[in-house]
Amino acid sequence: MAAPFDMNDDSIVVVIGTGAGGGVLANELAQRGISVVALEAGGRYLPEDYINDEWDSFGQLAWTDPRTTSGDWRVAKDFSGLPAWIVKAVGGTTTHWAGASIRFQPHEWKALTTYGPVEGASLLDWPIDAEEMDPWYDLAEKKLGVTRTNGWPGLPGNNNYKVFEAGAKKLGYEEVHTGRMAIMSHDDGDRIKCQQTGFCFQGCKWGAKWSAAYTDIPNGEATGNLEVRERSHVARILHNEAGRVTGVEYFDADGNLHMQKAAVVAVAGNSFESPRILLNSASSMFPGGLANSSGQVGRNYMRHLTGSVYGIFDKPVKMWRGTTMAGIVQDEARHDPSRGFVGGYELETLSLGLPFMAAFLDPGSWGREFTTALDSYENMAGMWIVGEDMPQATNRVTLSDVEDQWGLKVANVHYSDHPNDRAMRDHAYKQGMAIYDAVGATRTLPTPPYPSTHNLGTNRMSENPEDGVVNKWGQTHDIPNLFISDGSQFTTGAAENPTLTIVALAIRQADHMARELRAGNI
Amino acid sequence: MTKTMGPKGLTRRQLLSRATAAGASFVVGSGFLAARDAAWAAEIDAVAPETFATLVQMARDIYPHDKVPDENYVLAVKGYDTPDAADMVEQGIKAMNARAQEMHGQDYLDLGWERDRVDVLRSMEDDGFFQTIRGGLVTGLYNQKAVWPIFGYEGSSFEYGGYIDRGFNDINWL
Repeated sequence: MAAPFDMNDDSIVVVIGTGAGGGVLANELAQRGISVVALEAGGRYLPEDYINDEWDSFGQLAWTDPRTTSGDWRVAKDFSGLPAWIVKAVGGTTTHWAGASIRFQPHEWKALTTYGPVEGASLLDWPIDAEEMDPWYDLAEKKLGVTRTNGWPGLPGNNNYKVFEAGAKKLGYEEVHTGRMAIMSHDDGDRIKCQQTGFCFQGCKWGAKWSAAYTDIPNGEATGNLEVRERSHVARILHNEAGRVTGVEYFDADGNLHMQKAAVVAVAGNSFESPRILLNSASSMFPGGLANSSGQVGRNYMRHLTGSVYGIFDKPVKMWRGTTMAGIVQDEARHDPSRGFVGGYELETLSLGLPFMAAFLDPGSWGREFTTALDSYENMAGMWIVGEDMPQATNRVTLSDVEDQWGLKVANVHYSDHPNDRAMRDHAYKQGMAIYDAVGATRTLPTPPYPSTHNLGTNRMSENPEDGVVNKWGQTHDIPNLFISDGSQFTTGAAENPTLTIVALAIRQADHMARELRAGNI
Repeated sequence: MTKTMGPKGLTRRQLLSRATAAGASFVVGSGFLAARDAAWAAEIDAVAPETFATLVQMARDIYPHDKVPDENYVLAVKGYDTPDAADMVEQGIKAMNARAQEMHGQDYLDLGWERDRVDVLRSMEDDGFFQTIRGGLVTGLYNQKAVWPIFGYEGSSFEYGGYIDRGFNDINWL
């Protein structure tokens, strides 16, 4: 049967969320002949709709429904209702992401084995490894059009990159280049090459950057097997007495409650919304929420340690011109405990426009120390730190007392840095400032983490059902026809931007799910 | 929003101070407030002219950019000149003046040095009033497209074809 599907059709897979996980899963299932209804809380925006204006774009795309925060992270003080800068729209945060697409290093799949136990951290090995993931990474890189893979060239370096590269090379760094980016460096089919417009975070108006919104989603819809219901906000997942999920209740744009029956439900709402949905689906049979017999739902929230360094020079840089994040130093991504911490970090170029620089450079700060930095905005170069933060059981998403516009309890996001996170961030700040000092910076600014875009963990993958929420396929340990398909599956965060891994896992999961459905195993 | 700009010119805080202290001579009609040097002028609807002038100075002292003219600070806080916000603003400025009197023996606007005014602001930076004004300025000031060129920021680029042929890699001093 072709889309649209009937509410009572209990043969379909319902995917919740249409970002890097859900959007890819929905398309990959549709390509394999599986009927899919994708429920997306946000609306549909395409390149012609995107806005080259930071606050206007934020108003268009960002998830601004209420959330609450706690813990010692500075975001809880400066942006208490906005723990994340992620997107509520068809395509999810793939509209906003910068495009950095790098594979985990092999040892990062085995963090506990590699690093050994770390006090206060709940490190665990993934139940999968680099060898198993390699072919799925190959497919993901082809799908996304990742530069420096498949014979595709790298992007040209912009002004911000040139400063970064010159400083990094003076420091002796060797793995310095314009990154492996899901941004076209050549014209191919429907996607044209990067026009160096900037505003990668605001949605690529050329479609040069990969986003599920204008690739996987329409490709899936073209098969007739995928129906995307936008502005459909999931309330809860229902189950039967046998403990299998049977459907999903959601509110449409007018606030009407619907129930879509399902053979399988795949949750891909990101690391806040996915556990929130499971917890809000508590029943007399599952009083702690769905798939939560381990008590692990919501735990081990990770966000990468992040932080930025901006350097000010005596001459113009104009960092906002061109690709926002095409520049990387990978030398520090290795695991080398002699630096005083386990795991590693990447340094990547990044720029903000003046409006967001004012909001994020040093939130809450005022007076001339702050404004003289902004006075030199034109002479600034910028980089972002992406490092592995430690999973901690106490860093977690729980249900808040606050309710959203549908009367549903919202996510409270609790996060406190682990000492390893602080040690790594301090090291990265020092190295980042040294890079700019090496090319004559007159001032450097170690900038605190922004609201999180890399939201990981909270439904983590584990070999042992007691240690996590899902198995190596993203299938929940407790409920065979309930899957998790987003970054919340991450057992550990690794040092790399997560989207490529989320996509690779989604392709692999679709392949597995389609086979198992055909075999009648789920 | 009703607002009239005068010709651009040097703005001096002292002139502004005297302008507001002089009161009526600079209030035209039902509330038309202008700096004596006519660097800026605005129709004031809901708050007292002295209050608004103090608020503008407060805004500049929170985010001082010497190259940004007063008119942009006026615009940044003009949103508080409404019946809904007037009481909050009057109370907040009154408390700030009381603090200025306590610390330096003069109203805020009469303090000649920025460091003295900043002392007053520092002493109240955790207060709700200060945080409301400061928080609002982050967008109220820096999201004005008119100030972007002062910082060199070029804004939207898609309509110009991006920077692929317009200097994305034109740095020449490395």
